[in-house]
Amino acid sequence: MRMTLNAAAVAAMGLLLATGAALAQKTSTQAIEEYREMLQDGNPADLFEAKGEDLWKQKRGPRNASLEQCDLGKGPGVVKGVFVELPRYFADTGKVQDLESRLVTCMSSLQGIDPKAVTEAAWGRGERANATALATWVAAQSKGLAFNLPQSHAQERTMYEVGKRLFFQRGGAHDFACASCHGEDGKRVRLQDLPRLTGNPGDGIGFAAWPAYRVSSGQMWTMQHRLNDCYRQQRFPEPDYISDATVALGVYMGVNAKGAKSAVPTIKR
Amino acid sequence: MADPMRIRAQASGDKATVRVLMSHEMESGQRKDASGKIVPAWHIQNVTASLNGKPVFSCEWGPAVSKNPFLQFTVKGAKAGDKISVTWKDNKGDTRTDEATVS
Repeated sequence: MRMTLNAAAVAAMGLLLATGAALAQKTSTQAIEEYREMLQDGNPADLFEAKGEDLWKQKRGPRNASLEQCDLGKGPGVVKGVFVELPRYFADTGKVQDLESRLVTCMSSLQGIDPKAVTEAAWGRGERANATALATWVAAQSKGLAFNLPQSHAQERTMYEVGKRLFFQRGGAHDFACASCHGEDGKRVRLQDLPRLTGNPGDGIGFAAWPAYRVSSGQMWTMQHRLNDCYRQQRFPEPDYISDATVALGVYMGVNAKGAKSAVPTIKR
Repeated sequence: MADPMRIRAQASGDKATVRVLMSHEMESGQRKDASGKIVPAWHIQNVTASLNGKPVFSCEWGPAVSKNPFLQFTVKGAKAGDKISVTWKDNKGDTRTDEATVS
């Protein structure tokens, strides 16, 4: 049974570090990995996955339709393998879209749900919560597959370059860029290892790790949520949900992560 | 009705390990919201489990159990094909029962 996570974690960490001192010194990275192992079983992301699957199949919205005809890049209704090829260009909207913006497109065109119901809702509320659950389920259908974003369309290549510029652009009150934390190997903030996102950081890391369940806040975080919070932590204004800027960053990270296997949905501190 | 639980039960020898993931906010009743008011307690108080209809497990939970609780226990005398049923009740009177087959 999971008791108050803080008390149990502190006790466990204390025990781990104490035994570590007696044997070969365990690194903090190893200790964090063991803590994560303890949390693996019963990842609450499963609950969001189950909800997402229900929402995909359920007839909803003014048009009383399900999302089963939604085209996420590999044809209407195809869900397996789409997550590792997003963001990509879509001919029907004429733009490069990530998973969440494409779900909003489908919720609108198939179900008649107003996109504002998603874009203007708060995290974890209303249609935004539904989009998160849907994204979790769709992403989970590509678990273990390698990222392979297309760069065949000119707009896809442009968005990669836009994403790269945004990644290195310094600004905000602390003059941070994404690269300030994610531009070098071996960096860490408090107890979180920071992957270098200018290349392939490895299987299940970085772009290959979100959506993830965040134990400390009890929330399911999608890539949109992760990017929003990165900007918030850099003391930038928070980006709009599914804005072009966030999609461009997704293209940059996703293309860089080519070959990395998705571990989604994962569990985070 | 509340969101469904995820139950997995795996037999090994004459025992089965049951893992349950419950979807619940589990408000302790000690948190304050942005305006300083206490967020009312809303958490599971009772969990019971039965094997083929016979009660095998029960527990009482207080405010210390976190959101989306994960519960794991072993049951003796369970074999593949048996039915495990888990029920929770919270302090608002809401309840949820889900079943799984031991694999």
